[in-house]
Amino acid sequence: MANSQIVRRRIHSIRNAARICKATEMIATARMKRAQAQATAGRPYADKIRQVVSDLALQPGDNGDIHPLLQRRDATKIAIIHITTDHGLCGGLNANQNHLVASSILEQSVPVTLIVIGRKGKGFARTTRRDTYAVFTGISDSPRLQETLPISRAIINGYSKGDFDLVYLVYPRFTSTIKQTPVMEILLPVKPPPSPTPQAREYLYEPLPDVVLAELLPRFVEMQIYHAILELKACEQSARMVAMRDASDNAHELTQSLTMTLHRLRQENITREICDISGGAESGGSDELYEGR
Amino acid sequence: MATFKLEIVTAERMIFSGDVSEIVAWGTEGQMGILPHHVPLMTILRPGDLLIKKGEEEQYMAISGGFLEVGLDKVVILADACERAGEIDIERAEAARRQAEKTLKTSPSKTATAAAEIALRRSLVRLKVARKKPHR
Repeated sequence: MANSQIVRRRIHSIRNAARICKATEMIATARMKRAQAQATAGRPYADKIRQVVSDLALQPGDNGDIHPLLQRRDATKIAIIHITTDHGLCGGLNANQNHLVASSILEQSVPVTLIVIGRKGKGFARTTRRDTYAVFTGISDSPRLQETLPISRAIINGYSKGDFDLVYLVYPRFTSTIKQTPVMEILLPVKPPPSPTPQAREYLYEPLPDVVLAELLPRFVEMQIYHAILELKACEQSARMVAMRDASDNAHELTQSLTMTLHRLRQENITREICDISGGAESGGSDELYEGR
Repeated sequence: MATFKLEIVTAERMIFSGDVSEIVAWGTEGQMGILPHHVPLMTILRPGDLLIKKGEEEQYMAISGGFLEVGLDKVVILADACERAGEIDIERAEAARRQAEKTLKTSPSKTATAAAEIALRRSLVRLKVARKKPHR
């Protein structure tokens, strides 16, 4: 009897867990749609600014000065921007990111400092005792550009001051709902993307091209960081949705098999009781029992 | 009526896309108008109001800095932030203006003063655009 009690309790607790998983899944589904829409809404700006930067990079500089953000330096210190989620329950998303960062740190021959975004990455940096330059947490689910500007400014400032000579950006790329690929890109120095239209268009620049470029480059960096964060948000929600769906399916299976066990136990008990009764009746000849019926 | 395609995009979303006949914006050298068949141009925009004309129809927007690119067939504005006249929260803009003025008066440092000046300009532009009646 005690045994079936335990099984009953387990079924109960699994059902409760399944309910929570289901709810989390539904919330993640709704948020994922919003996050995906947000990630695609900024694409025209991203495409345009990329094209303008590549056009401008083709322009010969007037005095041969290269903008600091474009200048290649010998790397004596490298920074890696590690973008993770604030919350867990999203499958292997953060583990994959951590893995990529950890393995790329091992590849470098110079000291590496981490710029961490998200609580999960913060935990990773602490447990693996990595040198961290800055930590940012608590970015909302549908971030505005404004929210990410302090991050971008800190990175641009650090680079200009020479705190690091090369900056990598590591973030999960949203390939599909069930697939997120960790990617690693060079953020600084800015490498102008190859121009899709090879002929440099004859533009009138007002003021001079270098001035426009100098204004444009920080925004280009800000845009890249903002987009990486948007990608993360879309990945987070879809990874959570998939993980929670698996979890609630699993819980369903478990309750089914436990219910089977419960019924088997219950039947066994009944059989045993009947055996006891009929055994008792045969041996004892207690007529009272029959009369009692 | 000659028109050209205008797109206004921010890092967050596309704000405007459509055919217009004239725009007037604040460039670095002052206010400038763009008509169809303008030469290809790339310029920095200062915080200011943007007038979009389509025939007789006029529409105002507030832009807080960005870039303007005149291409062969279309004009693209890369705005840091951009609001249509109807979207502006007058109270918030007013509060931002007061805050900026206060910072300017007390001005703890040079960078703070510069930032406050930009903030002041932005809030003034918002207020100016918001008080213009949107023609739609």
